[in-house]
Amino acid sequence: MTISTTMPRRLSYRFSWVGMIGFAIILFWAVIALLAPHIIPYPVGEIVDEDYFGPMSSKLLLGSDYLGRDMLSRIIMGARYTVGISLAAVCLACFTGGALGMAAAVVGGWFDTVLSRFLDALNSIPSKLSGLVIAAAVGSSLSVLIVMLGVIYIPGAYRFARSLAVNINTMDYITVARTRGEGISYVVFSEILPNIIGPLLADFGIRFVFIVLLLSGLSFLGLGVQPPYADWGALVHENIGGLPFGAPAVIVPSLAIASLTISVNLLIDNLPKKIRDRSA
Amino acid sequence: MENLVEIRDLKVEATTDAGRRIEIIQGVDLDIAPGEIVALIGESGSGKTTIALTVMGYARPGCRISGGTVMVAGKNMVALSEGQRAKVRGLEVSYVPQSAAAAFNPSKRIIDQVIEVTRIHKLMSPAEAKEKAIGLFKALSLPDPDGIGNRYPHQVSGGQLQRLAAAMALISDPKLIIFDEPTTALDVTTQIEVLRAFKAVMKKSGIAGVYVSHDLAVVAQIADRIVVLRGGAVQEVGTTAELLAAARHPYTRELLSAFEPKPRGESVAAAPESRPLLQVNSLIAGYGPVQADGLPLIKAVQEASLVLERGRNLGIIGESGCGKSTLARSIAGILPASAGNLTLDGHELARSARQRSREQLRELQIVFQHADTSLNPAKSIEEILGRPLKFYHGMKGKARDARIDELLDMVRLPKALRSRTPAELSGGQKQRVNFARALAAEPKLIVCDEITSALDTVVAAAVIDLLKEMQRELSLSYIFISHDLSVVEAICDEIVVMYNGRKVEEITPAVSKVPQHPYSKLLFSSVPKLDPGWLDRLERDPELVKTYVQG
Repeated sequence: MTISTTMPRRLSYRFSWVGMIGFAIILFWAVIALLAPHIIPYPVGEIVDEDYFGPMSSKLLLGSDYLGRDMLSRIIMGARYTVGISLAAVCLACFTGGALGMAAAVVGGWFDTVLSRFLDALNSIPSKLSGLVIAAAVGSSLSVLIVMLGVIYIPGAYRFARSLAVNINTMDYITVARTRGEGISYVVFSEILPNIIGPLLADFGIRFVFIVLLLSGLSFLGLGVQPPYADWGALVHENIGGLPFGAPAVIVPSLAIASLTISVNLLIDNLPKKIRDRSA
Repeated sequence: MENLVEIRDLKVEATTDAGRRIEIIQGVDLDIAPGEIVALIGESGSGKTTIALTVMGYARPGCRISGGTVMVAGKNMVALSEGQRAKVRGLEVSYVPQSAAAAFNPSKRIIDQVIEVTRIHKLMSPAEAKEKAIGLFKALSLPDPDGIGNRYPHQVSGGQLQRLAAAMALISDPKLIIFDEPTTALDVTTQIEVLRAFKAVMKKSGIAGVYVSHDLAVVAQIADRIVVLRGGAVQEVGTTAELLAAARHPYTRELLSAFEPKPRGESVAAAPESRPLLQVNSLIAGYGPVQADGLPLIKAVQEASLVLERGRNLGIIGESGCGKSTLARSIAGILPASAGNLTLDGHELARSARQRSREQLRELQIVFQHADTSLNPAKSIEEILGRPLKFYHGMKGKARDARIDELLDMVRLPKALRSRTPAELSGGQKQRVNFARALAAEPKLIVCDEITSALDTVVAAAVIDLLKEMQRELSLSYIFISHDLSVVEAICDEIVVMYNGRKVEEITPAVSKVPQHPYSKLLFSSVPKLDPGWLDRLERDPELVKTYVQG
């Protein structure tokens, strides 16, 4: 038996089970979205039930929709749009907003003032309203949807990153880096970012939820994903007529939206905590 | 007579992040007689505040009193319920915190906060309490005792606020007061007034006290008995006179020896033909909007001129708000000066660091007071030291690794620290890394802004020794900024005294140690000495005090 003399660097994480449940549900939807075309029992557009708003049965696990199409297949394919569009949009919003926010905090002066006012102005337009206007004006192709959702959430991400970076920016180590002669990009990405990455990731999660909800809302109003494609919001919209019958077609997509947004919230509230034990 | 406080075999446990338990107080015994002032002294982390707080039956969050008894006036504070403890707190035992500025509620008038204890414990009517408070304000020699209570905390000075916090503790006529480093945050000239007031009131009222401090000289003035702590255990107990005259424990001796004046040691005589390393000519710097004359509204530094010869050290000394740190920041180009010029090694320096060349930035490095905020907590020591090597010298790979090891070796740190983050180092270690980062640039001049102020006495002495050693080996010069005269004397060839943004005097200790300017005299005489009778014998010209002390 050999005993190593150098202690390995002790880095352990504590992850609560609530966070794990959230993570498991997100993982579940991510896998569904990735594998969707291979696991759907019926083609999404095909009418397989003679009745509309059919109940759950062994043949159609989640019943059928207002045209008699298989609901399970539509939910599975819908996951692709809901998760995919939201993820692309939230990346756009958080990367752009975060980088601009940190740069504004470090550069300061006119750059900060002009950018902050411009984004505040953008922020003052209600998100649903601007979504409606843009979708009505330029139509709603997938790429337009992604850019639109991203732009709507840039001001929030910018504000959040800027407020965190402003605090870090007053630290002496930033002053040391500046008197060393470092450029803005080094200060932003090497000195500030590692210190605020945790809260920024949490913000990423919250903003993802906002975007899922806004996208679902727009689709419900008929301005989001257009037929023959359908995301979960659009599925609720399509099948709203089934509400008096208690059809699973309207309840299941609502539950899908709820499960995704709630589990993201659970995860970011219970992110793994790094445990550092100095003397151990 | 029976003791007021009897602590027997006290144990306090703390729980770490990982759920491991550490015993931070390991079986401490302590007695306090009625009317006696006992000082707890030790470095940070020695458990002095933790022990003092247990007298109120209190342990900070994450800590737990795990064993032993704390008898206060016949009651065991450990066994009492939280409700019973609340009855004792403020009434029989009260507390004066380190920072009164943080302990007062900024949105309430001072008098309401001072008499709050009498309301909670239903001791007397508000009118009576106010009358009593005014009496205490008088006893603590506060100016305008009748009116000062109606002010808000931000309207009085730091020294006054500390005395008001003492009045808050005294109003319920407690049997015991816990002072938790009450003068540490104060300037030396202010500290004297506060110490005198505390001493007079405690003597008169016969209240016992626990005085927590890391400063042996301050403790010597006020305490009857001293308890020396280290690592959560008592090292030595003795009456003040005994302990100062004949310390037995090595740690106590180490503490005492940190007070002995250390000579500057051999210094390089400036070669007369060489040009000075740094020249500062009538520099003006400050804050606020620029006025019509091109100068800022608030001038923190007014027409300061300095000359520093190669291989020699310049000390800048003064109290908070005198502009010494602003001067350092202007020299480093962090706060561009509004007027005046700077010359480094014969070349004109731009006022702002942004306009200086990389070579100029490399030659002049600055080290800040708080190692906590000047080391990026998200980076390892290796990354922190490696960056200037790459940035200034283009070092990569093995060459850089070897140099990092060399730097750690220079500042006497083990190589194993390379992969740690700053949070995993002690205060002294952090300050060494901070200094090593400046050395990595291979500068000619290092500006040290209060680099020993946040360190324990013994650790600070070691850092000063390190600085001296580096100077011998690397032909560096330092500008050493501090409020602590003994530190500056230990390392500097020239001492500049600043007051209110101006340089009032320049002293060369090798020629004469006697200050001429009245403010310098006042400042130099205010540094506490180990002699227990020093405070009582100290006489200060009241006119001088009135002019220069905003205590």
